[in-house]
Amino acid sequence: MKKLKSRIAIALAGMVIAGAAHAGNITVTGSDTLVILAQKWAEVYMGKHPEVKIQVSGGGSGVGFAALQKQSTDIADASRPIKPAEKAECVKAFGKVPTEYKVAVDGLSVYVNDSNPVKELTEAQLADIFTGKTTNWKDVGGKDMPITVYSRENSSGTYEFFKEHVLKGKDFMAGAQTMPGTAAVVQAIANDAKGIGYGGAAYGGGVKSLAVKKDEQSPAVLPTEETVLNHTYPIWRYLYNYVNPAVDKGEVAAYLKWIRSDEGQQVTKEFYYPLPADLRAK
Amino acid sequence: MATTADHDKLNARRSIGWKGMQRGHRTHPLEWIAEKGILLVSLSAIVMVFLIFLFVAREALPVFTGQLNTASGQKVIPVADMEKLSPAELEAYLGLTPEQDAKMDADTKRTLMEVKLEELKEASTDKDTRVNTASWRYFLRPFQWTGYNKPVYIWQPVSDIQKYNIVPLLIGSLKATLVALLFSVPLALGAAIYVSQLAHPRAREWLKPGIELLAGIPSVVLGFFALIVMASVLQSVFHYQSRLNAFVAGIALGLAIIPVIFSIAEDALTSVPRSYTQAALALGSSKWQAAWKIVLPAAIPGVFAAVVLGFGRAIGETMVVLMASGNASIVSWNIFDSTRTMTATIAAEMAEAVVGGPHYRILFMLGTVLFVVTFVSNLVAGLVIMRLKSKLEGKR
Repeated sequence: MKKLKSRIAIALAGMVIAGAAHAGNITVTGSDTLVILAQKWAEVYMGKHPEVKIQVSGGGSGVGFAALQKQSTDIADASRPIKPAEKAECVKAFGKVPTEYKVAVDGLSVYVNDSNPVKELTEAQLADIFTGKTTNWKDVGGKDMPITVYSRENSSGTYEFFKEHVLKGKDFMAGAQTMPGTAAVVQAIANDAKGIGYGGAAYGGGVKSLAVKKDEQSPAVLPTEETVLNHTYPIWRYLYNYVNPAVDKGEVAAYLKWIRSDEGQQVTKEFYYPLPADLRAK
Repeated sequence: MATTADHDKLNARRSIGWKGMQRGHRTHPLEWIAEKGILLVSLSAIVMVFLIFLFVAREALPVFTGQLNTASGQKVIPVADMEKLSPAELEAYLGLTPEQDAKMDADTKRTLMEVKLEELKEASTDKDTRVNTASWRYFLRPFQWTGYNKPVYIWQPVSDIQKYNIVPLLIGSLKATLVALLFSVPLALGAAIYVSQLAHPRAREWLKPGIELLAGIPSVVLGFFALIVMASVLQSVFHYQSRLNAFVAGIALGLAIIPVIFSIAEDALTSVPRSYTQAALALGSSKWQAAWKIVLPAAIPGVFAAVVLGFGRAIGETMVVLMASGNASIVSWNIFDSTRTMTATIAAEMAEAVVGGPHYRILFMLGTVLFVVTFVSNLVAGLVIMRLKSKLEGKR
C-alpha cells in the first residue's frame, strides 16, 4: 500500500510539473456563428503545431467580449464589430482598445420555401416585410397568402446585423417567430409555404435563396462567393477576431496570422467565404 | 416501579434534542452524530431555496426599486476639452468610479474619451431616447413608439430604443399553461379515477407505472418531438396559419404535466376510505356512480392540489416552449398564434445580456416573478395535501 501511495504521488507531481511547463495554450471564445469554423481552424493548426493547445468555445459575440474584458480569453470571436460601450469596458480593464482582425466574409441569405414563385426582392421590400408593413405575398408579386416571418433570437449577432443593415434600425414585427439558429429557420421555412427568413449559409433542402436588389433599378443578385466578395450582393458582413494588444505576440500572434493567411482561408471556404486577397496576412 | 417499556419510552423521547447526548445516546455517540448530520442536510435544502431566491431577488432589486434608467441624452464633449473637466465631471461622463479614475493615466483616459465620442456619435436621434424605458409604466402599459401608428405592447430589448414591455410574455406564459391544463386535466383525472376506482387490481399494477413513464421523458425530447412531428400533424388537421404556436406548445406541455397530475390525484383518490365505496356499492350504486358521486367529491382537495402542482410545473417549463411555441411576442388570446413565454425569454436572451445592465436585471425580474408564482402554487398544494393527509389519518 505504501509503495502504491508513493507511486501515485510521484505520478501526480509529474502531471502537475508537465502541465506547468506546457506553454502554448490559446483560449478562443465568442460567436456561435464562428464556433464551428474556429474549431476547424484550431484542429488544422494543432495538427501542424502539436506543441500548441487551442481551446474553442461559443456562447455568443457578447460572451466573447465579456471574456476579453475579464481577460479570461486570448481571442474573442465575433460576428459583429465591437460596440463602443464594450470597447470602453476593455479600456477600463486593461488600458487599451482591443485589436480587430477580419477573418472571414459572410453573406446572409434570405430564404423562402421552394414552392414560392417570388424570386427576387429589393432591400426596401425586405425591410417592409420584416417590419410588418407588408403582410401578404401578393403585394410583392407572389400568391395571395399571408407572410409568415421567421427571425432569430435577439441574442444572435445575425439578428443585430440584419436589423441594422436591412431594417435600418427599425424594430422587427412583434409577430415574427424567433428561432434558435439558422438551421431551425431553414427547417421551419421548408415546412411552411408562406415563410420567409434570413440566415447564414443554409444546410437543408426545401428552401431557396432570394436574389436581392439594392433598389428598383439595380440587378437582382444571388449570394455566391463572387457576388459576396465583390459586394454586389448587398447583405454581407465581415467576421472578426479581437485580441488584447498585450497578448498579441508569440503563439497567439502566430495563430492569428495563420488564420488570415492563405492556408487558414482554405479552411474558411468550407463554411463561409474567404477573405479577399488584399485583407490576407502575408 | 418503572418497567422496561416505560424506560424505553422515556429514553426514546429524550434522544431527540441536545439532551439526547446525555441520556440514551451515551453508549451510541455515532448515532447522535448521524442524526444531527441528517438534520443538517435536510435543513440545508431549505436554506438553499432561500439562498437561490435571495440571489435572484438581489439581481432584480434595482428593477423593483425603480433605480434603472435607460434614458440617454448626454452631450458630446470633444477630446481636446478633457483637461477642462473637473475630476467629478470626468468620472460622470466616462462612467468611472473614483478608484478606477485614480489608477488610470492620462493616455488611457484620452482613449476612453475617444471611445465615448464614438459611442455618442452612433447614438440614435430618435425622440424616444429621452424616455426611461426601464420603468414600470413601460413594463405594463402600451406606448406609441416612433414608427408605430398606435400604442402597442412591444418586447424588443435589443434595439436603439430598448423596449421592455412584459405584457406579451405574461400572456404567453398564461396561454400556454392554460392550454396545457385544459388538455391534461381531463386526461389525467380520468386516468386517475379509472386506475384507482374502476380498474381490475391486476390492470392497476401495470397501468399506474405505465402512465408515470411519461414523467421519464426529458423535456427537451418532448420539445423536439413537438417541433418536428406534432407541429406538422396538428397543422394538417386544424389548418391554422402559424405552424408553431401556443396550441402545439400547450399540448406538449400537457404531456409533460399529465404524470404530475395523475400521480397526486390517484394518491388522493386511493386515500379515500374504502368504506365510502363499499357503503355506496352496498346501497346499490354502480362502480362508476360510486367513483363519480362519492369518491371524487371526497378527494377534491387532493385533486385540486394536483392541478395546482401541474400549473406550477407547466408555467416553469422551458425547453418545450422554447422549441415549440414560435417565440413571437404578440398580445393575443388566440391559441393558434405564436407566443413567447417568460421562461423561453430568459433562456434565449440571458447569454447576450450585458451583466449588470438593464436587460439583465429585467430578465432576473422575470425570473423572480416565475419563482414566486411556482413557489406559491407548490406551497398551496403542499398545505392542502398535508391537511388532507391528517384529516384522513384521523388526526383532525
